[in-house]
Amino acid sequence: MDLYEYQGRDLFERHGLPVLAGGVATTPEEARAIAERLGGRVVVKAQVKVGGRGKAGGVKLAEGAEETVARATDILGMDIKGHTVHKVMITVTADVAEEYYFSYLLDRANRTFLCIASVAGGMDIEQVAAETPDKVVKAPIDAVKGVDEAKAREIVDAAGFPAEVADQVVEVAVGLWQAFVAEDATLVEVNPLAKTAEGKLLLLDAKVSLDENAGFRHPDHEALVDQATVDPLEQAAKEKDLNYVKLDGEVGIIGNGAGLVMSTLDVVAYAGERHGNVKPANFLDIGGGASAAVMANGLEIVLSDPSVRSVFVNVFGGITACDAVANGIVQALDLLKQRGEEVTKPLVVRLDGNNAEAGREILDGANNPLIERVDTMDGAAERAAELAAAGV
Amino acid sequence: MAIWLTKDSKVIVQGMTGSEGSKHTRRMLAAGTNVVGGVNPRKAGTTVDFDGNELPVFANVADAMKDTGADVTVIFVPPQFTKGAVVEAIDAEIPLAVVITEGVPVHDTAAFWAYNVAKGERTRIIGPNCPGIASPGASNAGIIPADITGAGRIGLVSKSGTLTYQMMYELRDIGFSTCVGIGGDPIIGTTHIDALAAFEADPDTDAIVMIGEIGGDAEERAAEFIKANVSKPVVGYIAGFTAPPGKTMGHAGAIISGSAGTADAKKEALEAVGVKVGKTPTETARLMREIMSAG
Repeated sequence: MDLYEYQGRDLFERHGLPVLAGGVATTPEEARAIAERLGGRVVVKAQVKVGGRGKAGGVKLAEGAEETVARATDILGMDIKGHTVHKVMITVTADVAEEYYFSYLLDRANRTFLCIASVAGGMDIEQVAAETPDKVVKAPIDAVKGVDEAKAREIVDAAGFPAEVADQVVEVAVGLWQAFVAEDATLVEVNPLAKTAEGKLLLLDAKVSLDENAGFRHPDHEALVDQATVDPLEQAAKEKDLNYVKLDGEVGIIGNGAGLVMSTLDVVAYAGERHGNVKPANFLDIGGGASAAVMANGLEIVLSDPSVRSVFVNVFGGITACDAVANGIVQALDLLKQRGEEVTKPLVVRLDGNNAEAGREILDGANNPLIERVDTMDGAAERAAELAAAGV
Repeated sequence: MAIWLTKDSKVIVQGMTGSEGSKHTRRMLAAGTNVVGGVNPRKAGTTVDFDGNELPVFANVADAMKDTGADVTVIFVPPQFTKGAVVEAIDAEIPLAVVITEGVPVHDTAAFWAYNVAKGERTRIIGPNCPGIASPGASNAGIIPADITGAGRIGLVSKSGTLTYQMMYELRDIGFSTCVGIGGDPIIGTTHIDALAAFEADPDTDAIVMIGEIGGDAEERAAEFIKANVSKPVVGYIAGFTAPPGKTMGHAGAIISGSAGTADAKKEALEAVGVKVGKTPTETARLMREIMSAG
């Protein structure tokens, strides 16, 4: 889960790291209250999870409460690269003398964590790394040993931080690592890490990603999800414990296993190239035990997407037996009828693997004109795409 | 023969007394796996009956190994306890630990992997979030269905469980030496490269199917490895060509970050080193069939 800048700022503050005083506002009036509390000159920053907001006019300076209200009014509701601004962060300003870069992130390739540090901050670090690679230090971090003062000192020396800020950077490096571990983050990025004219170090930006798998030890992380931007279908699916991602096509997809479902999306998209360019409407993995109730929940979510014209149920029975899946599908249609949500869109079903024959017989025996059985994955994708194109 | 898991492998189950653990212990036994016991510190000294097969429960992995000679552990404990279970297996220096558990925090996986490296990598870790490893007709450690295919001469390594099953099914008439599900998490113990190296060295594997998916650059690195080290034919499949950037597709590791981790990049990297990449699982199976029938 990626956090907004203000959430990252709050997280850093909770962990005792030096950040600017500030607050977040969803209305100009809230912005006024914050500006009055902070006093003097402030900076108003659009809160969107996309880069380039400065260039888009999403970051403005303001003097006093009235100007803050005006700037917040300008920025709230603004569209930045397809993201609507619902919140602005307001902080006091800093007199920045130098800008550095510091981050910890997951290093998948080396199965560990990585620290990236540079005295050339305030710009895109990938660009700095490409143009002046000697200015960027990449230090692997041992996940067991972590970052203590000695390790931090090593990184600070290697990156060539000026002597007058070295001790402060060491302190930030250790504190930031502790926050990274304590919060189960997969990324904490500070760009810029600034030195003020008075020589004080400040974390001026915050990019933080948290590991959702670690949610069981962070009940507080749930509150960081921005409900306003969550797709309502994704939210409904989550409440039913379904792994669903909304896409923008016309063929509803239900399958078991993340890899198979991803593969199903691809196969449907290829078939769609021959049928009016229809595309998959969603990713939905119903997992191992596809009971009738789970299948009904899945169908309900997929069919409540108005862009769906046909549904492709693609199940390979591994542990799950296909006869159970077939019963699930038949019962799910009945269940939905009872819930007053009678299904009217065609379902193409492909069952293979464990007890596939029995499963197919159950589907045939149901004599439901909406259910069409196709026994190969590629063939079923073709048919689902064809039906979606015909229904458009 | 096969890689890492053979008919001589003696398997224990950490979490054998739990619902998933006991269900799959029963299935592993039915598949002919030599399961010799389980681990649960609170039930040490008791036994569990699996259809007449009385399996002892031990306090820890080291005790189980001492008593039974076990050399493989399959881990089914919940995510909260997975790190502790794997560390226990590493401490006991068991040669193979298969971590089935889904939803393990990545900091925990990074920690037990670093611990394993510090201890000299005496334990091969497969997973987490994986279906395990099966050498058809010989042994089955994990949750891969045993009845999809029989023994043969294709090696299979895959990030995805159901795609593994699908590929085993497509090529069931030819059969497999070993099928390894390495899991879809961002950090995993055994990589595509580890499996490719083992299959290359295995006299009973003639060709290799490699299944990847979006996220990270494991497939790109595997391509480099194939170019330098693999003489056997390799056929590839990548899932997630149509996945949008920035969205996690089921597996915690299946996410395109910026321009990195796309299926196209992986396909190109594999094709550049001579690996044939199928557009669909069925086409991938057909490519492998052509190789096997050409002998």
